[in-house]
Amino acid sequence: MATKASRSAARLMISPAVLLLLGWMLVPLSLTIYFSFLRYNLITPGANPFVGWENYYWFLTDPSFKAAMVNTLLLVGGVLLITVAGGILFALLLDQPMWGQGIIRIMAISPFFVMPTVSGLVWKNMFMNPVNGIFGHLAQALNVQPIDFFSQIPLLSIILIVSWQWLPFATLILLTALQSLDQEQLEAAEMDGAGAFSRFFHIMLPHLARAITVVILIQTIFLLSIFAEILVTTNGGPGVSTTNLTYLIYVSSLLQFDVGMGSAGGVLAIILANIVAIFLMRMIGKNLDA
Amino acid sequence: MARGVTISRKSVNTIAAGVLGLLMFFPVLWIVILSFKTEGDAIKAPLEILFGTGWTTESYGTVQARSDYFKHFSNSLIISLGSTFLGLLIAVPAAWSMAFVPAKRTKDVLMWMLSTKMLPPVGVLVPIYLIFRDLGILDTRSGLVIVLMLINLPIIIWMLYTYFREIPGEILEAARMDGATLREEVVHVLIPMAIPGMASTVLLNIILAWNEAFWTLNLTAAKAAPLTAFIASYSSPEGLFYAKLSAASVMAIAPILMMGWFSQKQLVRGLTFGAVK
Amino acid sequence: MKKSLMTLNRGLIGASALVSVAATAALAEEITIATVNNSDMIIMQELSSQWEAATGNTVEWVVLEENVLRQRVTTDIATDGGSFDIITIGAYEAPIWGGQDWLVGLEDLGADYDYDDIFEPVRNGLSANGTLYAVPFYAESSFTFYRTDLFADAGITVPGAQMTYDDFAAIVAKLHDPDNGVFGTCQRGKAGWGENMAFVGPLVNAFGGKWFDLDWNPTIDSPEWKAALTYYVDLMNNYGPPGATANGHNENRALFADGKCATWVDATSAAGYIFNPDQSSVHDVTGFFQAPKQVTDKGTGWFWAWALAIPKSSQKVDAAKAFLAWSTSKEYVELVGETKGWVAAPPGTRKSTYANPAYSEAAPFAATVLNSILAANPADATRDPVPYTGVQFVAIPEFQGIGNYVGQQVSAALAGQQSVDQALANSQQFAVREMTKAGYIK
Repeated sequence: MATKASRSAARLMISPAVLLLLGWMLVPLSLTIYFSFLRYNLITPGANPFVGWENYYWFLTDPSFKAAMVNTLLLVGGVLLITVAGGILFALLLDQPMWGQGIIRIMAISPFFVMPTVSGLVWKNMFMNPVNGIFGHLAQALNVQPIDFFSQIPLLSIILIVSWQWLPFATLILLTALQSLDQEQLEAAEMDGAGAFSRFFHIMLPHLARAITVVILIQTIFLLSIFAEILVTTNGGPGVSTTNLTYLIYVSSLLQFDVGMGSAGGVLAIILANIVAIFLMRMIGKNLDA
Repeated sequence: MARGVTISRKSVNTIAAGVLGLLMFFPVLWIVILSFKTEGDAIKAPLEILFGTGWTTESYGTVQARSDYFKHFSNSLIISLGSTFLGLLIAVPAAWSMAFVPAKRTKDVLMWMLSTKMLPPVGVLVPIYLIFRDLGILDTRSGLVIVLMLINLPIIIWMLYTYFREIPGEILEAARMDGATLREEVVHVLIPMAIPGMASTVLLNIILAWNEAFWTLNLTAAKAAPLTAFIASYSSPEGLFYAKLSAASVMAIAPILMMGWFSQKQLVRGLTFGAVK
Repeated sequence: MKKSLMTLNRGLIGASALVSVAATAALAEEITIATVNNSDMIIMQELSSQWEAATGNTVEWVVLEENVLRQRVTTDIATDGGSFDIITIGAYEAPIWGGQDWLVGLEDLGADYDYDDIFEPVRNGLSANGTLYAVPFYAESSFTFYRTDLFADAGITVPGAQMTYDDFAAIVAKLHDPDNGVFGTCQRGKAGWGENMAFVGPLVNAFGGKWFDLDWNPTIDSPEWKAALTYYVDLMNNYGPPGATANGHNENRALFADGKCATWVDATSAAGYIFNPDQSSVHDVTGFFQAPKQVTDKGTGWFWAWALAIPKSSQKVDAAKAFLAWSTSKEYVELVGETKGWVAAPPGTRKSTYANPAYSEAAPFAATVLNSILAANPADATRDPVPYTGVQFVAIPEFQGIGNYVGQQVSAALAGQQSVDQALANSQQFAVREMTKAGYIK
């Protein structure tokens, strides 16, 4: 259907976006790559000599690096698991006939509008603080030892906070997908004597596959660079137990002001992100084309 | 949904969903409550706070006295609206061409665009800071509009692309047969059809821009600082601070929360990312 | 009513006098100030409207939490960004940044400013190569806050001489009563070189430890460090409040003011808060004594000052100087004393504050605080000779990275996620890496 003219018009129309994003990617990226080969520390000004791969060596041998990789994966994986599983359950429930669905839905999606800094601060202080937080008061009322969230289960606490923020997003997308499901197909299956579980696994879940893929893709993009929640709650600690890759780069480039090493970390993170992107592309490509 | 649903089943559903919804909403509700308490009351046990203490608006006064809310609010508003509409301007043509004149590499381009979003911002702060300094746009709203537009552009393009793809090509063909120019085709045919999708794109991007907390904090000082900077000064307690933190939080999230509530139908309708065929 | 009018007048006169000194200050400039969110700075923010009214200039405030502030300000100043006209920095940054030619020298704030009125150690701590680069807003050392009522109930008397940390632990053990909501001691656990390491650093000094030997080799894996850290972890786990790894200065101050702690070794500047009846429920039952010693009494109380400085990149140096001259002047201290109560006056910077009977009367802690500040000696803070200065920090640019990392390791040990040995081994390894990277270790 596309004529030659419309092809060149199309190219013209896409070019601003492509050029802008290319610029946005290439300018900082090339500077980052350039810095990653320099000894460049903000707080020790002077010459910034070329040091070859030294920064990469220091970043890769940083004792925190391995932990940061593991934490990044656990954080992304944990949140995905909770939000996808929880989102499906939630969507199934909200899809049922009930009174006041509108107001319930409004309540359920509210966390999505809360800025990460605020949700981090609110959970940290008003809920997870072992002395004055709600969970602390609850434990006191039940006469049990309150959980000290950020020192006993730091990473899990972060996962819970982030999941709270992203569960509404997953629920919404899955709910929309669920509502597009052909009711007659379900009813037919019901008449054939398929139980609720069998209907879920054989009809609903396949139908949701596409939506689940989308949820995973979008969330992964955002979850790889989780930062504010960690900054305001644990500062990456205790030790490095909540330091993800983004936070580790923050520590090197903005707390130690070692821009050279931070840049090396940035380059590594970009490579990692692209590996994940390729992986996701394969997955989503398959699902989206189907 | 004409099938008979028993009252009892419906009640069970309502209660179950209501409890879950309330649990999700509770943290927001709780800070609203705490924001109307005195600092001394705000750290008491939950039941005591609810039933045993008075109400006051003094925290809002304190917070406002310390930092001008309306300045931060208007910065947030301008930055999130500005970046969203600028992004839309650039994204509509791009999404159009990808949806209707797909080339072999279209999907790769799309995925590449998304992958720019995975660039960890902390890794490129120093280069961006230097560029902003040289352009003289540190601590300006236009600087933030540009950055937030760029980081959200991939999402806008992708969302629009998925909506445009659902529009049958024949309609455009027909318009073209009638002699519509490309511009007319986009303005008169495509955009009206894509309104629901565009509405939801706009809403989602306003939310994302409103809540962006890294660039907005690091590229501003006083003049262009939005609400994310407003809340940043409450991140470490200064004496008792639950009520003040709650009040500041409520002030920071209330506008976007309201917008979300009032527009949730539009937001939800279009929020599929191509997940529904 | 009349009194407040008079005060206002005095403030105005003071401010206008200073402005006329900085005669080059253009009319109606807008300056941007980056500062921390602590109570003294918030008072300054409130009172600055008087300066604005007197001079016609306006002030834009960027108020941030300490760590964020430090990162934000450092990024801006090191890249010559010019976003701020006045920045709030500490005794650690001032000499380093001044030496790097990032700050405007502040020797010319006018005859009225009375430099000699500022305590000499404070002035020295904020100077580099003989030039003053930052003017002190308040200065502090550390000492022990304790609850006089609890001590009396338990029959404990405070000895006149400096006690050891072992004696201290014994006292804390007696006072620990969590069932009644009183913890034996509250100390900083939140990671950061300016947070938990501010307590741990002097503790290590007391146990005879040091950060580096004379050749700049880190000595964090030494037995002294191990003894100090083991003491710290045991003390906090046995007699500290739950969630201690999240508690920094502000959190502990709130806990102590709320009556939840029997003892607390921390900044002398917190005394103004603890003894303020409006803010503290223990203002009349709090006493203080020197921070304990152990094998040595050197470096057991820290030295710190929050100060205001002007980046070289500022375009409005004259207006900024006028503000500094006002906000760190004798007149300003008086203004705070008259309007906010003398107990809240900025401590530790000016002789005139301590000579004022109104202050000594409102602040029973004044003399002790002053002695602690004057006694702290950053140039001789360790049992063994070292190549650096600083009590709770090491005055080299690389320290904040190392200090933060060690702080994280210490907090992980406190949280029970790793052993003290592991924390010290990690810290030592990290410090060796950093010092090698920076070229100290060949």
